[in-house]
Amino acid sequence: MNKVVAEERPVESSDAGVNVKPSHRQPAGPDPTPQIGAGTVGIITVDNPIMSSRDVNVFYGDKQAIRNVSLDIARNQVIAMIGPSGCGKSTFLRCLNRMNDTIESARVTGSITMDGRDIYDRRQDVVQLRARVGMVFQKPNPFPKSIYENVAYGPRIHGLAADRVELDEIAQTSLQRAGLWDEVKDRLANPGTSLSGGQQQRLCIARTIAINPEVILMDEPCSALDPIATARIEDLIDELRASYAICIVTHSMQQAARVSQRTAYFHLGDLIEVGETDRIFTNPRHKLTEDYITGRFG
Amino acid sequence: MSDAAPGAGARLPETLRDHRKAAEAVARGLKSRYRAETRFRLYGLGAVALGMVFLLILFVTIIGKGWSVFRQSYVQLEVFYDPELLDTDGTGSPESLAQADYSALVKAALRKLFPDVEERPNRRQLYGMVSSAAGFELQKRLADDPAKLGTTESLWLLASDELDLYYKGRIDRTEDEVSRPLSDRQLDWADYLREAGAAELRFNRVFFTSGDSREPELAGVWGAVAGSFFTLLVTLVLSFPIGVAAAIYLEEFAKRNRWTDLIEVNINNLAAVPSIVFGLLGLAVFINFFGLPRSAPLVGGLVLTLMTLPTIIIASRAALKAVPPSIREAALGMGASQIQMVAHHVLPLAMPGMLTGTIIGMARALGESAPLLMIGMVAFIVDVPKSFLDPATVLPVQVFIWADVPERAFVERTSGAIIVLLAFLIMMNGLAVFLRNRFERRW
Repeated sequence: MNKVVAEERPVESSDAGVNVKPSHRQPAGPDPTPQIGAGTVGIITVDNPIMSSRDVNVFYGDKQAIRNVSLDIARNQVIAMIGPSGCGKSTFLRCLNRMNDTIESARVTGSITMDGRDIYDRRQDVVQLRARVGMVFQKPNPFPKSIYENVAYGPRIHGLAADRVELDEIAQTSLQRAGLWDEVKDRLANPGTSLSGGQQQRLCIARTIAINPEVILMDEPCSALDPIATARIEDLIDELRASYAICIVTHSMQQAARVSQRTAYFHLGDLIEVGETDRIFTNPRHKLTEDYITGRFG
Repeated sequence: MSDAAPGAGARLPETLRDHRKAAEAVARGLKSRYRAETRFRLYGLGAVALGMVFLLILFVTIIGKGWSVFRQSYVQLEVFYDPELLDTDGTGSPESLAQADYSALVKAALRKLFPDVEERPNRRQLYGMVSSAAGFELQKRLADDPAKLGTTESLWLLASDELDLYYKGRIDRTEDEVSRPLSDRQLDWADYLREAGAAELRFNRVFFTSGDSREPELAGVWGAVAGSFFTLLVTLVLSFPIGVAAAIYLEEFAKRNRWTDLIEVNINNLAAVPSIVFGLLGLAVFINFFGLPRSAPLVGGLVLTLMTLPTIIIASRAALKAVPPSIREAALGMGASQIQMVAHHVLPLAMPGMLTGTIIGMARALGESAPLLMIGMVAFIVDVPKSFLDPATVLPVQVFIWADVPERAFVERTSGAIIVLLAFLIMMNGLAVFLRNRFERRW
């Protein structure tokens, strides 16, 4: 059925960075309902997904970064994307809030829907999308402004606060939910860059939840942090799961096992296997998944 | 080595077989390595020293020639406001006073000081000791206070430029009389005046408050400073916003394609175009086509804007490029639009670099003379400009004009104008450093 959605919009090619080439469409075979996610082991669908991708291909110039990735993102759940370097997990993550738009040579085909609407549709405003799908980056990147300004920036540009009092409340609540309030409440005017690495990353998370997105994408959020800061972020992710759908890309399988409920394993641009995290780590079905999680490569 | 057989350990270089040999080889090479480093340091030090020496020579010659311009010789005379000379029709009305010959008062005062000078040529030499502007000074004083008519006043009057040169030690008494501007007789008078305490060097206010003049003792840089100010104001007001806007568009919004490549190449080429070409362009476009006035700071500013724009655009683009991509990603990831990303996050971080580029461009514009010659800013202009359309000249062109004048007294004025120009350049650089630090201190 989702395949049909993709077929229904063949003229979207002028949309920023998106180009559906006829040659990339599956030839209409005798099978009336072609198998989605055919190359993937495990169940790619979930009930009532918040986002779902079907046959997503991403090209950087001539190079294909990911191939026919179909995956649903569930609500109130953490999905971990693991795989060796260059496998396309970050590329897929960046498709979900169209951060790939900023790369001029990038092209995305296939469909990614949010609440049934294609996010690559030309009527989809990218600013609106990114307000609904927030992102936390690999390297903590607070704005070179005060801690308060970092958190207040999103609500201010999106007009989420009616007045100064509300803005203060949003900032305080967001910092509290990110577990940072007690550490910074006395120095909100200090620059965000004066915090430690782990605090900076929590500030970035606070900044993201301040605009109350539905999905939070995290691109290796702990790779630049020490184990203690990592543990705090992981606890935070677990708490945030109650309110948000979270996609986390990680190089650490232990982290994936600790924080996620579902895990997707990528290999050289293919989505190899998807499943419950417990099941993937205890009973991988695909040979490549097994080799990776047992540490034979990667 | 190409014929190395498998397993032939003996064929390996001995440095690879023996740790000690390897260490010895390293030790053998150390000396020459350090020698090379020392040599390179010396070259660098030599280059720096050479630069410093030339800078020192520049400052020593400029200041050596120009410092004396800050003081000017004055002669004290007992001036009698003689009603017979001034008030010829006996009414004492301002009109008749305005028409009188005030230099006659100066001459009379000089004659009284040296009563034994009789013959006409000698008297003319005597009159040449005081500036021709002394008469205007007297006229002004009397117009301010007409009650002075018929009284005597002891006044310090501007000496002539030759006398000034002598008091500053720039005329050698031992030189042959015909080859120096003052005769033996005049030098005797000058010595007498100095010994009598009736001649002294005072701060040269004229140099800092008046415009150009044919008389060296009346010529000042203020006209050129005002012209430079108006010209640079036009340049700054036009080139900074235009340059920054162009840089932001090219760097943040324009798609990379053949057109933007072409524009980029052209901007880089424009930065290398000889400045006099911009002067010709300004002459053709602003004066001949648009009919703007000649010699006007407005036109000068427009021409210098053309010249400065490429510098500012290139510096601003470099500053924008230097902003870390993570900041852009952070802003976009928060749902900021492109323009919000630029205005809220990229621009504040790029601003110090942009300001530095702008001030460097401004400093270059301040020191530019060639394009301004083409649009008539090289004219002899006595009045200090008061607006963007008044005829004006600028400091470097003033230097150029004075360097061409044969009077010896203009040598120190040329150097003096260069000192003023350098002072402004140093001030602008100081401002650049100050602004950069101030902006960067925010984070």
